[in-house]
Amino acid sequence: MVASFILSLTDYDIISSTQYVGFENYRQLFDDPQVSLAIRNTLFYTALSVPLTMIISLGLAMMLARVGRAAGIFRTIFYMPVMTPLVAVGVLYLLLFNGDFGLINRALELIHVKGPYWTSDPHWIKPGLVLIALWAVGSNVVIYLAALTGVPQQLYDAAAMDGAGRWRRFKDVTLPMISPALFFTFIILTIAGLQTFEQVYTAFFNANTPTGNDAALFYVIYLFQQAFTYLHMGYASALAWLLFLIIAIVTAVQIVLSRRFVYYEGER
Amino acid sequence: MTQAATPAGPAAPAAAPPAVAPPGAVPPARARWLPAGNPLKAAFFLTLLVGLSVLFLYPFIWTVSASLKPREDVFDNRLIPATWHPSNYVDVWHAAPVARWFVNSMYIGFLASFTVTISSGLVAFAFAYFRFPLRNFLFGCVLATMMLPGAVTMIPVYLIWNHLHLVNTQYPLWMGNLFASPFYVFLLRQFFLGIPRELFEAARMDGDNYWTMFWRIAAPLAKPALIVTFVFEFVASWRDLLKPLIYLRDDQLYTIPRGLFVLLGQYGPSAGGEGDWQIIIAATVVATLPMIVIFFLGQRYFVEGIAAQGRKG
Repeated sequence: MVASFILSLTDYDIISSTQYVGFENYRQLFDDPQVSLAIRNTLFYTALSVPLTMIISLGLAMMLARVGRAAGIFRTIFYMPVMTPLVAVGVLYLLLFNGDFGLINRALELIHVKGPYWTSDPHWIKPGLVLIALWAVGSNVVIYLAALTGVPQQLYDAAAMDGAGRWRRFKDVTLPMISPALFFTFIILTIAGLQTFEQVYTAFFNANTPTGNDAALFYVIYLFQQAFTYLHMGYASALAWLLFLIIAIVTAVQIVLSRRFVYYEGER
Repeated sequence: MTQAATPAGPAAPAAAPPAVAPPGAVPPARARWLPAGNPLKAAFFLTLLVGLSVLFLYPFIWTVSASLKPREDVFDNRLIPATWHPSNYVDVWHAAPVARWFVNSMYIGFLASFTVTISSGLVAFAFAYFRFPLRNFLFGCVLATMMLPGAVTMIPVYLIWNHLHLVNTQYPLWMGNLFASPFYVFLLRQFFLGIPRELFEAARMDGDNYWTMFWRIAAPLAKPALIVTFVFEFVASWRDLLKPLIYLRDDQLYTIPRGLFVLLGQYGPSAGGEGDWQIIIAATVVATLPMIVIFFLGQRYFVEGIAAQGRKG
């Protein structure tokens, strides 16, 4: 960590000797259009994927909570994509979202919608990546399901007795009771989203697309390129520090917000 | 994170005897596991879930089926190939040292999970059993490193390996695990804390030292948690692309994901051409299948491990 900070003040490139350059690397960060592009891409992707993942997992988990023992089978099925190596996810993304022959666009044709060129149209790359990420909501489903089965039935009964409708019971019993799980996944998903790398790198930065695609330039991809393609270790360390700051700020904001919304039972 | 109850919450102290626990803290009702209420409603949700499951499974089925099609049929989107072409798998074999990559992945995965299980187990046991000054502070430090994003430590860690002249070897992919891993330390410590201290005291009376206490009492009792650690790390190691990208240059050293990445570059559709997708797809199946097998063998452990993650929140 400290090493990384010291390094970020130099122009270290492994081969030649190291020069101390002060805050030059940090100044360069602000002038580098690629950095702001990568930040925008990453924030957009995270802001889109995190809430969607949470809503869809919660929906699935609530359905699972209602079907009794059969839930086990479905839980298994929903979890399977989580096991898939992210490289394979990247390959699947290219295949299924292919503009001309991909399964997704073929399916859209059936309902007479002309699907976009997901993998090459800059406007559709990130939504497509979010969709494929949603395929792997399984671990969230498992967490929410565990939280939901922990909500005591008496609370629902009592709420029903007081005349609470379905929505009220969801809003005033379910949500507060599972809010620790929601909060936990919110933070974890955000941190992971800001560090998205493997599937995007596979799909857009393999040997066939050496220049990559600007719309898919995510922060960690840029960081990786600077460090290990161009060996700009000093500059890359500065990038890493900026990422750390961004993550720390976002997480801190989330924690402060959570004070208002998260309910902890006395004993845990 | 913060354990403090919100002002509205029942602020029962953690050490309160069970008798004064708030009514809300009754252990989760097991009965809820069977569908309560309207069977019609349950049937409706079942149907909906079956539909959604098809959606989740379809990419797998599509991939396996496409891997068995000849080149020109890959995108015909038929579930059952019109012409069977299993020789794609033979082609992959010839196209690249896939068997070698497979063995590498297995070997690294095994070493990574073995080392992390033992080392995290020992660290966790120390934090759970010994009482020493600054223990909670040190444990806090361990947890704090969990919050450190992997992308941030990537470069300093690389420089260490570079300094040791171990870049372009497989050591960086597993040896770091000798120093334990915070998430597993946390998980295992929780488990060890659940073991009654009297057991250890009794063992000490019988002449056990700390080492035998760990191996004869703590480890066997914490077996489920140790297995969770092992399978989680194995899967994480198998799926990893970033580290192999950084450390492996020689294609004989590649792991399966690293190899698949290169294959995609070689056989993927270069500008204009359509590429040899059937080769890539067959390799994708080879990369994914072992994970699915492991998942079915160790399902219980995955579900437990993930649910435990949520509980600590």
